[in-house]
Amino acid sequence: MTMTTRPASLSAAADAIARRELSPVELTRDCLDRIDAGNGALRAFITVTADRALAEATRAEADIAAGRYRGPLHGIPVSVKDLVDVAGTPTTSGSNVPPRNPDHDAPVVANLKRAGAIIVGKTNLHEFAFGTTADETAFGAVRNPHDRSRSAGGSSAGAAVALVEGMCYGSVGTDTGGSIRIPAAACGVTGLKPTLGEISAEDVVPLSTTLDHVGPLALNVRDAGMLYHAMLDGDARADRVPDAAEGPLWIGVLEEYFLEKLDEGTRATFEAARARLIDGGHSLSRVAVAHAERTADVYLHIVLPEASWYHAPLLERHAASYSPGVRLRLEMGRYVLAEDYVRALHGRAALRRAVDKALEGLDALLLPALPIGAPTLGAGTVAIEGREEPVRSMMLRLTQLFNITGHPAIALPCGKGPDGLPRAIQLVGHRGGTERLLAVAATVERQLAVAAAVERQMIGGPGSVGGGAG
Amino acid sequence: MSPEVSAWLASAVADAESRGLPELKPLLETLSRSLQALRDADREFRHPATLNDDDDAAR
Repeated sequence: MTMTTRPASLSAAADAIARRELSPVELTRDCLDRIDAGNGALRAFITVTADRALAEATRAEADIAAGRYRGPLHGIPVSVKDLVDVAGTPTTSGSNVPPRNPDHDAPVVANLKRAGAIIVGKTNLHEFAFGTTADETAFGAVRNPHDRSRSAGGSSAGAAVALVEGMCYGSVGTDTGGSIRIPAAACGVTGLKPTLGEISAEDVVPLSTTLDHVGPLALNVRDAGMLYHAMLDGDARADRVPDAAEGPLWIGVLEEYFLEKLDEGTRATFEAARARLIDGGHSLSRVAVAHAERTADVYLHIVLPEASWYHAPLLERHAASYSPGVRLRLEMGRYVLAEDYVRALHGRAALRRAVDKALEGLDALLLPALPIGAPTLGAGTVAIEGREEPVRSMMLRLTQLFNITGHPAIALPCGKGPDGLPRAIQLVGHRGGTERLLAVAATVERQLAVAAAVERQMIGGPGSVGGGAG
Repeated sequence: MSPEVSAWLASAVADAESRGLPELKPLLETLSRSLQALRDADREFRHPATLNDDDDAAR
């Protein structure tokens, strides 16, 4: 059971463990070695639970050898965003504010452990998940493995970097305005935000109690499906992961508002992905979401007061311990009037109806996940078609709507821009239809991969995408 | 900007300054623009008290 070839995915590792060709102890040790080697520069992890992980892996190996195999998560190294309680480790939330010291696991962690997952550590994040660039954290800015001068996105940045670097095979993230999908897109992995409320957010430090979602980051759609099921109820059986959807898909492409502000690399890779899906026989039509341009206004007037509610007592006692920018955003929320919070909730209901309507008769909606490649660390603005735009609003622009409405959404890699940075598409499914969305995403992922392989053969270039977007 | 939103902004900035947080001013100014947009969307979002506005205007 000595590891000769490192599995390329959670699914591959699970198959090898099930066949007893791969040792969970060796796999865990390999992940811990990679954390040891890379974490100093990339700052993916805040806490590494090496001894405990090796003990759990040893127990998993013995259980599997004794015929007590629990399913595809058994013996798989997984990381947890340091906003989620894991018994016996501090929950720092990426902050110098005194941490929580939980004596029990959050339900989502308990479910993963019941499925046999090995927790290797707690990942770094934008402080209290209140940002999308993970440069405001007490544990050092998380760096993008594709270009270390760039942000890894956020807030679940460490979760995405850990996957890219092989430090784990699955990550737990949280997503209030895009915090799973944004780092997934910025780092070139897959990020799933399930339907609102599906996966328990209990014992997770809240940012916005009505917008927070918990979900997985993974190396591909199938892995995301396995993690999703384990996080949902602790049962990660492979037969629960939906197969790719059959037949041509009916997909609505969101254009108005959503495609108005994209950088060159994002536009090129998105159009290439759209063309590949059409070539694959799928039906793509243009659809619109009414009121979409109101998204940020509705979002702000919900997220700010809800975040301020949780943090008000902490701000009274530990204001100086916050990063200055995070503290100011939290203070700003204290000035939102109750009348305007309720006004935003009313707008939220209208946006939810609008997305439901856009999805009528369709399998999914399609749009980019991020309008730009990963921004330079510390940058306040980014140039899009000659205009300077605020990084923060650009990062959230294409994801936050689906936190407001609660629809499931998944970010999938779709190539790289001319800057060499990953780009991603986003698929949005029907509320309550996360399983179906995973099936649709598996079909799209396969179509994009097949098309990319054919293009590589035809043009002889490595992974080139239309328009020289490489 | 409407008088109501201007008054809200002035009050919020004054309070922030009295609390020793003058650096909040530019953030509150940004938020005031968003607040104005949200309030302007009442009819678009079919705020129940605005549904008769067209009838009222016609009378």
